[in-house]
Amino acid sequence: MADQPTPLERFIQGILPENPVYRQLLGLCPTLAVTNNMKSAVTMACSVAFVLLCANIVTSLIRTLLKPHLRIVIFTLTIATFVTIADRVLAAYLYQMSKALGPYIPLIIVNCLIICRCEVCASRQSVFTASCDALGQALGFGLALSSIAAVREILGTGMFFNYQVLPAAWPDWVIMVLPPGAFITLGLLLGLVNFFEIKKAGKKQ
Amino acid sequence: MENPSFLKNSNLGQAWLVILLSLIFGVSLAGVEITLGPRIEENKIRETMEKVPVVILGHDRAEKIKASGEHLDIQTKTIRTGPKKRAKFYTVYQAFFNDQTLAGLVVKASAQGYADKIELLLGIDNSIKKVTGIFILDQKETPGLGNKIVERDWLDQFSGRPFTAMPFVVVKEESDAAGEIDAVSGATISSRSVTGIVNNTIHQLKDELVLLKQKKEKRD
Repeated sequence: MADQPTPLERFIQGILPENPVYRQLLGLCPTLAVTNNMKSAVTMACSVAFVLLCANIVTSLIRTLLKPHLRIVIFTLTIATFVTIADRVLAAYLYQMSKALGPYIPLIIVNCLIICRCEVCASRQSVFTASCDALGQALGFGLALSSIAAVREILGTGMFFNYQVLPAAWPDWVIMVLPPGAFITLGLLLGLVNFFEIKKAGKKQ
Repeated sequence: MENPSFLKNSNLGQAWLVILLSLIFGVSLAGVEITLGPRIEENKIRETMEKVPVVILGHDRAEKIKASGEHLDIQTKTIRTGPKKRAKFYTVYQAFFNDQTLAGLVVKASAQGYADKIELLLGIDNSIKKVTGIFILDQKETPGLGNKIVERDWLDQFSGRPFTAMPFVVVKEESDAAGEIDAVSGATISSRSVTGIVNNTIHQLKDELVLLKQKKEKRD
């Protein structure tokens, strides 16, 4: 078996080299659905980070007790619990945000990024390693979400975090805040990431 | 694993962790709900209650009243209209000044918009003769176009419209008549939905509201 990466390496890998959105293409539903402004993208990224971290820790704690054919049930159960907690907390303390995000918070339950990390990492590694992995992946996910949201919000409304950044003369590209804008932005940014990746690989040879 | 084999192979031996975790998670979720539930309920009610004075008195007067430390006394009532089998229920908020005179009424109404249900608060003056204001509670109209219906600039054109000019119609050109509402550009359907809600609600509830007011006056 190849050398296992250290916890620190796992953390760093999650951010860019194995970025959940740009490299693994996981968790695309929230990536497309809630990135039309920075605020909701950041709220979504934080919720995912909370769920991912908690789910990874719990899974790692019970990893020796897992029965192989029942593991997915347990992962889903764990994730659903933490998603419900996140959803209730948002409704209690950030009511407007929770209304704006609508069904997308409960939908974190089926975000394959989290189940993938439980399966690949947390069910086999110690709590510390699993936490580092979760933090790295969550950071990578947040980075991806906010990069897409930044492009869409700035081009679509001329604002960034609800502050006007482009001159008022800017003709808002409404399409960017509509669903097609999500696909266009994701496609272009993915292409950009791949372009740099290929360039980097070419240099090494 | 030192488990005896009969335990290992039984259903319980296989599933005990799932059952145990379900119990633990269930209890902790109940705990979360007990702690946060009232707060979430309160958020929903507060959003409506905060908007009632604004919708009735307009922004400036509502701010003034709030700053002076006074507040409107709000009573909630459910009114039923329409035929028995297809009865429609409206929540009506009656707002009173501190001296118990009626400031106005607010009706919560909703109907299908362009994308999803639009829910709004409709303010009606204390003589039940004109619209005092509108606030959109919930909508999922197209961002950048239809969702402009939440903007004050657009909603303000309803303020002060008399019921005699009903039904209000949406026009795409500059409106001039008392019953004409300017459409949000690029969002005629959303504009029509809001106007439709206003028309229907007033049409169905006007008589009931007058009755409600008279009953209240008789009691005093």
